[in-house]
Amino acid sequence: MNPIEFIEKEQMRGDIPDFNTGDTVKVFIRIIEGQKQRIQAFEGAVIRRRMGEIRSSFTVRKVSYGVGVEKTFPLHSPSIDHIEVVSRGKVRRSRLYYLRGLRGKKAKIKEAGK
Amino acid sequence: MTRGLIGKKLGMTEVFSEDGIFVPVTVIEVEPSVVVQKKTSAKDGYDALQLGYGRVSQRKLTKPLQGHLRKADKGYFRILREFKGDTEGYEVGQEISIDMFAPGDFVDVVGTTKGKGFAGVIKRHGFGGGRASHGSMFHRAPGSIGASADPSRVFKGTKLPGHMGTDRKTVQNLVVWAVRPELNALLVKGAVPGNKNAFVVVKQAIKKGKEGK
Repeated sequence: MNPIEFIEKEQMRGDIPDFNTGDTVKVFIRIIEGQKQRIQAFEGAVIRRRMGEIRSSFTVRKVSYGVGVEKTFPLHSPSIDHIEVVSRGKVRRSRLYYLRGLRGKKAKIKEAGK
Repeated sequence: MTRGLIGKKLGMTEVFSEDGIFVPVTVIEVEPSVVVQKKTSAKDGYDALQLGYGRVSQRKLTKPLQGHLRKADKGYFRILREFKGDTEGYEVGQEISIDMFAPGDFVDVVGTTKGKGFAGVIKRHGFGGGRASHGSMFHRAPGSIGASADPSRVFKGTKLPGHMGTDRKTVQNLVVWAVRPELNALLVKGAVPGNKNAFVVVKQAIKKGKEGK
């Protein structure tokens, strides 16, 4: 194997759950404050997944106190403790940027097949 | 001692640091180099080690080069480079490996930049250029290149279009991110001149001490 591929593969995490755009996920992030380390959860809808081996990333959007907040994480980042899939969503496109212009009930994603 | 090695640029990727920061690195393949010749002040006027890198078959080389490399008797090499410095403790035929570098060392990397062909003044010298629209008839041209009757010539060194790239360039003070002897790979933080599969020289940084990071 090409050394570059090897270096990329060896850093990839095997513990990433299967999720897709439209799903609601809870990301547990390790945060280092001085000497201490704590874990903070960020829950919201996945509005984008970018593929590309070690460069893969995903963006989570939530509305916090009436303000839309988006966070983009490298999928294989060691600062992610773990990811929990809260619910599966039913969406018809892979990038949900249209959610940014919607509020309230319209910004809700339908849950997938019950 | 030698202060550098020869390697091959394999390309760039990204690596996570311990605290989760994504770091861009260049992967340089550095197989063990072989000491082909020892130059001495007595004979050559200066002290240096000549290293060989990049194995090729015998028939690819000229007969004089074949004879020169046979003295080391470690195969035939495409690339020969000299490294100035004390040659004590080195023998002809000895292999020098990647172990001379450790993570955190500062290095200078010498390579040949990518060729850009005949380039205009915007790409080559960073000129601003003119407006694209609104009736402008001045787009990417260099503009005035000097005065008229006096001096009646174009000054030497005036920035004009011409060949760009394939120059020898040194990037200084790059940090060695990781040394992977099992892959024969050296990971250097940041970019390095040249195409993929181009040969580069990795030297200890001349402007910094050994430690860093």
